[in-house]
Amino acid sequence: MKSKIFNVKKEIIENKKISSDCYKMTFASKEIAEQARPGQFLHIRCIESYDPLLRRPISIHSLKGNVVGILYKIIGRGTGLLSKKISGDYIDVIGPLGNGFGYQSVANRQLPILVGGGIGIAPLYFLAQRLVEKCSDVTVLIGADTKCNILCIDEFKKLDCRVKISTDDGSTGINGTVVDLLKKEFVPVNSKLKVFACGPVPMLKQVNQQVSKYNVSSQVSLERQMACGVGACMGCTIKGQRAKGKGQNNYKRVCKDGPVFDIKEVVWEEM
Amino acid sequence: MSKLSLGVDIAGIKMRNPVMTASGTFGYGLEYSNLINIEDFGAIVTKTITLEPRIGNPQPRIVEVTGGMLNSIGLQNPGAKVFIEEKLPKLKEYGVPIIANISGSKKAEFVKLADLLSNIGLSGLELNISCPNVEHAGLFAQDADTTYKLVRKVRKATNLPLIVKLTPNVTDVTLIAGAAEDAGADAVSLINTLIGMSIDIQTKKPKLANVIGGLSGPAVKPIALRMVYEVSKKVRIPVIGMGGIMSSDDAIEFLLAGASAVAIGTANFVNPNTCCEIIEGIKTYMGNNKFNKISDIVGRVNVKKLEKLIYARSITYV
Repeated sequence: MKSKIFNVKKEIIENKKISSDCYKMTFASKEIAEQARPGQFLHIRCIESYDPLLRRPISIHSLKGNVVGILYKIIGRGTGLLSKKISGDYIDVIGPLGNGFGYQSVANRQLPILVGGGIGIAPLYFLAQRLVEKCSDVTVLIGADTKCNILCIDEFKKLDCRVKISTDDGSTGINGTVVDLLKKEFVPVNSKLKVFACGPVPMLKQVNQQVSKYNVSSQVSLERQMACGVGACMGCTIKGQRAKGKGQNNYKRVCKDGPVFDIKEVVWEEM
Repeated sequence: MSKLSLGVDIAGIKMRNPVMTASGTFGYGLEYSNLINIEDFGAIVTKTITLEPRIGNPQPRIVEVTGGMLNSIGLQNPGAKVFIEEKLPKLKEYGVPIIANISGSKKAEFVKLADLLSNIGLSGLELNISCPNVEHAGLFAQDADTTYKLVRKVRKATNLPLIVKLTPNVTDVTLIAGAAEDAGADAVSLINTLIGMSIDIQTKKPKLANVIGGLSGPAVKPIALRMVYEVSKKVRIPVIGMGGIMSSDDAIEFLLAGASAVAIGTANFVNPNTCCEIIEGIKTYMGNNKFNKISDIVGRVNVKKLEKLIYARSITYV
């Protein structure tokens, strides 16, 4: 089935600062809302002019009716310009793009664990919104450097998720990383565990070490600089594990083959 | 009054308008097909195809720079077999002329590809002898003699219209264009990307894994326009102009400079609807200026009296 992609210009409902450098933006789009799946992203033009030139890929954070939400961190000029937009301004969006999380098979007897490091928590909220409809026991592990960068606790709690927190400086939750929290969830190891992770690459590498030790089914959402966002330019590839009999062409496009990958598909040494 | 027509015939390729996609920016057409109406395009130029699959260059492969981007994709592509069997049949359904862009590291590879692709319903071939991101001892298109010999060989291998894509990374692009024409090319297209570089001052490393890459986007447009102007004065075959075209105004500049058609590349990433907007924009421009056909615009830039003066200046000042 061919999923539709839209290029829409929509009025911003709200663009709110929620931490020192993170913003939450919402806009209404029936087109995108009808198609969007957790883990997919939007390709957003931050300014009408050509500097910065390229769009910015930002994951879908939430969906309520036709209202689409993104949660983003100011990284450079593009996201800086995005943060300056105010309610009533227009935003030029292409989406929904990418494959999304494979959560459809998660049933009530399974134990999904959502692992978010820093701004990596963004796509996991949309996933949690859908998971709680299927499954009564959803765990969310949120990690950041310090208390004020722990995002979305209340939102996850409102969905009745079990929420655990870690900070590098111990200012809230456990003093440690989100992977330390994950290790605790693996005692005892349960074959019903299913991990969904998003965050910085060093964190994802540690998640990989943990889950591969116990062969727990896991998916990660990756980020790359992108040009086209639709699979045409081959700019955002990562090295994937070579499929048997599939020749040498093992680069995978984060925009089209991802951004969500089975953790075993990724060659982590090359990330 | 005669009816306004956007149709062009480039080296025997009949296009409903002069707006094409630039190789490498539009995949094999299919990636964009669920977002825009590719049926409306003049022609689709595919991402480069090589005889065997290529995995491409290490990451990072793209970096944004002021007014443009650098890429070092390294011609990642699934190879001729997959293109012929899987991509082309789907692409044909759109009823738009399809031009396959081909490349190789040896002349024999070009010849073999040209032969393989000759009778499968393509409208033309574009020879990529100017990609800066693959290992050669210099690009084919950086030397007039090498260009002549390569084009001559490919010319003998196929009856398809042959477009030769030129690099701007040369001292005099008109010499290369002339060599391509002499060897039997039906058209030339230019420019490919300009070789550039970007450095992360914190890590002190190049931002591209391949160190250098090809610059594209609005930043290169004045250079591309100048080269199209020069080449179109030199050769009798049609010139396809490209390089930083973002709008119909940009496209019309290229037509005025002497291009018979234009190709849109990096702009597709920024605004996937660029080609369609340019087609509409050209139509409006023609109406406003009482042009009935594209050839009324081509080469109409009015420099007759100033030409020598401009060139004298460019030599006098640095």
